[in-house]
Amino acid sequence: MEKTVALELKNITKTFGEVVANKNVDLELYRGEILSLLGENGSGKTTLMNMICGIYFPDEGEIFVGGEEAVIRSPKDAFALKIGMIHQHFKLVDIFTAADNVILGEHMPRYSVKEEGKKAIAAANGFKPVKPAEKILWGLKLGLKLSALPFIKIGKKIKFDYLAKSRTRKITEISSRYGFDIDLKKKIYDMSVSEKQTVEIIKVLYRGAEILILDEPTAVLTPQEIDKLFAILRRMRDDGKSIIIITHKLNEVMAISDRVAVLRKGEHIATVNTAETDEKALTEMMVGKKIDLNIERAEPNDVKDRLTVRNLTVINRDGMKALDDVSFTARSGEILGIAGIAGSGQRELLEAIAGLQKTAGGDILYFDPNKEDAEVDLMQKTPVEIRDLGVRLSFVPEDRLGMGLVGNMDLVDNMMLRSYTKGRFVFVDRKNPKELAEHIVHDLEVVTPGVRTPVRKLSGGNVQKVLVGREIAAAPTVLMAAYPVRGLDINSSYTIYHLLNQQKEKGVAVIYVGEDLDVLIDLCDRILVLCAGKVSGIVDGRGAKKEDIGLLMTKLTGKEADGETKEAAL
Amino acid sequence: MTVKNEAVVSTVKRHKEPLFRLIKRTDIPIWKKWVIRIATFAVAAITAGLLFTFIIGDGAAFGTFFKELWSGSFGTERLTYIFLNNWAIMMCISLAVTPAFKMRFWNIGAEGQTLAAALGAAFVIHYFGKSLIEPVVILLMLVAALFMGMLWALLPAIFKAVWGTNETLFTLMMNYVAIQLVNFFVNLWSPGGSGTIGNLGNGSFHGLFGLPYIQNAVFVAIVTIIVFVYLKFFKHGYELEVVGESVNTAKYIGINVKKVIIRTMILSGAVCGFAGFLLVGGSPTPTINTGLVGGRGFTAILVSWLSKFSPIAMIFVAALVVFLQKGASQASDSFHLGASSAFSNIIIGIFFLMIIACEFFIDYQIKFRKKEGK
Amino acid sequence: MFLTFLKNAIRFSTIFLFGSTGETITEKSGHLNLGTPGIMCMGALGGCVGESLYLKSIGGDYAAIDGFSAVVIGILFAMLFAGLGGLIYGFLTITLRCNQNVSGLAITTFGAGVTNFFINYVDRNGFNYLAAKFTAPVSQANDWFSTIFLSHGALVYLAIVLALVVAFIMKKTRTGLNLTAIGENPATADAAGINVTGYKYVSCVLGSGISGIGGLFYIMDYLYGSWEYSIDAMGWLAVALVIFSVWKPNWGILGSILFGALYILPYYTNFSFAIQEIIKMIPYAVTIIVLIITSIINRRESQPPAALGLSYFREER
Repeated sequence: MEKTVALELKNITKTFGEVVANKNVDLELYRGEILSLLGENGSGKTTLMNMICGIYFPDEGEIFVGGEEAVIRSPKDAFALKIGMIHQHFKLVDIFTAADNVILGEHMPRYSVKEEGKKAIAAANGFKPVKPAEKILWGLKLGLKLSALPFIKIGKKIKFDYLAKSRTRKITEISSRYGFDIDLKKKIYDMSVSEKQTVEIIKVLYRGAEILILDEPTAVLTPQEIDKLFAILRRMRDDGKSIIIITHKLNEVMAISDRVAVLRKGEHIATVNTAETDEKALTEMMVGKKIDLNIERAEPNDVKDRLTVRNLTVINRDGMKALDDVSFTARSGEILGIAGIAGSGQRELLEAIAGLQKTAGGDILYFDPNKEDAEVDLMQKTPVEIRDLGVRLSFVPEDRLGMGLVGNMDLVDNMMLRSYTKGRFVFVDRKNPKELAEHIVHDLEVVTPGVRTPVRKLSGGNVQKVLVGREIAAAPTVLMAAYPVRGLDINSSYTIYHLLNQQKEKGVAVIYVGEDLDVLIDLCDRILVLCAGKVSGIVDGRGAKKEDIGLLMTKLTGKEADGETKEAAL
Repeated sequence: MTVKNEAVVSTVKRHKEPLFRLIKRTDIPIWKKWVIRIATFAVAAITAGLLFTFIIGDGAAFGTFFKELWSGSFGTERLTYIFLNNWAIMMCISLAVTPAFKMRFWNIGAEGQTLAAALGAAFVIHYFGKSLIEPVVILLMLVAALFMGMLWALLPAIFKAVWGTNETLFTLMMNYVAIQLVNFFVNLWSPGGSGTIGNLGNGSFHGLFGLPYIQNAVFVAIVTIIVFVYLKFFKHGYELEVVGESVNTAKYIGINVKKVIIRTMILSGAVCGFAGFLLVGGSPTPTINTGLVGGRGFTAILVSWLSKFSPIAMIFVAALVVFLQKGASQASDSFHLGASSAFSNIIIGIFFLMIIACEFFIDYQIKFRKKEGK
Repeated sequence: MFLTFLKNAIRFSTIFLFGSTGETITEKSGHLNLGTPGIMCMGALGGCVGESLYLKSIGGDYAAIDGFSAVVIGILFAMLFAGLGGLIYGFLTITLRCNQNVSGLAITTFGAGVTNFFINYVDRNGFNYLAAKFTAPVSQANDWFSTIFLSHGALVYLAIVLALVVAFIMKKTRTGLNLTAIGENPATADAAGINVTGYKYVSCVLGSGISGIGGLFYIMDYLYGSWEYSIDAMGWLAVALVIFSVWKPNWGILGSILFGALYILPYYTNFSFAIQEIIKMIPYAVTIIVLIITSIINRRESQPPAALGLSYFREER
């Protein structure tokens, strides 16, 4: 069968400020195929897809849809070109039923009185009246027809506006054609993630999409649900739809796609036929060659167990296991890296330790260096209780301005977030925080008009310096940092690496959650790899191979994991 | 790269760009802020003046309007004292709602909280006024007023903290529960079922510092300092600000959000309670009726919001509102327009609406479509 | 006795019903309009202005008053004035994205002020003749059915029909679906291709217009053309009724009759004046109880619109 190109990207480049998200990307998508888009976090997959569905506009390059050049400036344009995207965050109205969400915002098919009138006249012109009586009758009929048109339009409008029970018919048709298993009368708030995703897919199909883009659709699904989804995707493919699926999981790539396109650091590396490749080759393409970053790494000394996590399990809001039986130990004088695809449980792990996340089981134990490493149980403790136990735990959260700092407050008041309880009596103490703020501004070379400037006015790197500076100032024994260099320029990043290394040399147990494997390998003494909430391995930072970590991130090691996927496939 | 982009755009159909776009400002110079505000203020004043001129139908009335406006508050010594007293009450209620607003808790029940507190004070006078000595009565009045104010604020706070009950609607309804409760007691106590209560007789501390009404202004000045210090230098003030800015951050540093909500609302209610106490005890003729607060519970919300929750700015905004109120009624009265309180509401409404609208130009920037085809 | 009570309860309920039906429309779009009391005042003022002009146009000949024209002119002018108030509110909160509570309260102050001031300039001579047209009953028969259901003026029926129509539109049409979606999640509605700003403006202006008819009814029907300065108190009860009826105008019909009954109950009982005031408190108290119960049960459909009180700025998505 001859392949026809459904979508073609030529030379697409997109930059945000100085960051190049996509560089000269070429991509082809055929009708009736499933293309996997593979790449690490930050490799520019989502940005690329957002340009296809009208959220961003490319700086350079052209997009062709069905062979014709297309300008996609808004999601509406994308809809018109029959392109639909299912985002990771669903856009659904919670209190509506599935059916109502699908039809929401649908417009009435165009009905122009003028055009219909012209049509009627054209049709009537075919008739050649002979007798005068016939002529009059003909005129009357046409007149009546024309004058009825506005009313027909109003009637159609009312009919369209009325939510008849039959509105579900077309939806039922679609869902039975592709085998969706969904109750259209069910409310969204009663639905599981998988059902919500189904509604999103139906919504896109209902709007007539021929090209579907799914952004990490499997991240939130159970193995059984993934199988169901894949079956549906195959059926859609066989129906002639073109599908792009973004994923990190290699076994899924192998299972579902016809071809795989690999992106790395914003560039298109290669597109290969799935049948002609294997997981190892894909991993190599995805992670690339190791780059030396020249981060100085001292040998750990005086290593002692500082924090032990045993069999930790966390259930998230959707009732899924965000963390599943996680065990590890962080040691003083060492940086423990945590690697993993975004959303593998990193946030939950750190928040559970910090006392911000409800846990379902396991132990979190701290060994207090000031009390001869006496064991302190941190399980189910609030942040205040942890602090009152004398545990010096510092936490640089991922969401800097939404959690770690208050954007509208100035540097001094942000310093106080950690220290305001220390003031005398009922009063807050602004003197010490002010000194601390000045100290941080000076030592970390924070660019700011003054310590009285609201932090939201600072640039990303400076905001992070303020946050890390504050957390370090508390003289922690355990320092957790989640993606501390995300969005930072090279210089700021190195400042942060340097700070973490300093802490390590001071004997702090540092936990570093990162996404760049080069950094993790060069910075950390040991690297714990999370995959779907489970520990898939702990490797030594010295001598670790990028490909190995990449493989651990995308699938569980060992026979157990292989067995699982096979079972799921059956 | 931009050059190429434009080339692409020009070869294909051009989509219509909107005439203007709004951009949220991250920064605006302070002088610009004040230029916008002062200009708005001037426009509002001129509009009010023109409206008055239009009603009178005489061009000379424009100047007279501003003269009358001034004399409404400062025309005579007595008017100045009344102005001070009104300022005190307005200021006190505005201060009361401020901590809650700073926490993003929409307490629009200040009217009810103040009225309930006034009722508490009146209750003490009615039942104990004759049997106890005056200082004890006044002390009991204070306790009762604070209690009632706090109670009225506490109920919505608890339900908000525990079940997330919508506080705007809850506090709004509590206003009318308070009004009806006052009506109940007024009818209960009124001699011969007249439905009105005159002078309760006891419990007045009016003229405490020698001058008429001055005691209220003095007390409120003290409350202003307390609230200012509380918000700025107390741990509590800091905590409620963090809760208002970001509940996530509050949890991250270990603040008990529920506790802060309830505690702040108790404070808010207590200050309202104090305003109710002043309304009853600070008057030469202590009395109680549903018009005692006179909508100031609602106006105070506007005052607090327009002052950006700063007690210092509030001193002037509250003064401005009272000034306009008094001045507009004076202007209305001296030209025998009738319905003087309605006229002052119009003037205040004009000022409020314009100042509210002007905040938009401080928060957002309007970018017009660039002219193309050059 | 009981019949008259019921009849008057239904009659009185009309004020709240207009107010709450209008306010429901506005709140469904995510805008809590605390300006409703002021807007109902403006509706009353508009109605009086319209009627006054109408009387002038027929040369003050009271015998020549046409009932239909009088009522329609009243409604149009009430909607015009109230809609203008809604437009100001809408402009502030939709386009200028000002705080809804503050804007609403300012509108209440302004609307009540304008109304109570300018009403003195409206020539209200002959309004009692007009009022007779407003209150003209459908049937003057004396049986119980006619007394309760057929003894009212046109606006009473209009209010009920309007509430039912709005309830139908909310539940059974795409227009209602789109409006609800905007109040729940404007970003989703926007992404689905709904004109969010357009819907919000229409709901603010139309909702206010309908609320305004409540003010007209109060003056022209309930007070027989005389004036009273207490329309805004009715407005707050209308806001309460929206919560009481959990944002459903059809339930609002029953709710308004309950509110109306409780409001006039004192005049039909031998309770002391004091107790009567307690009875008048009940509508507010039950509204609070409804609010608490719905928040504890936490049934999603009975909650206020999720985006109520929040401005929508697309670029913040």
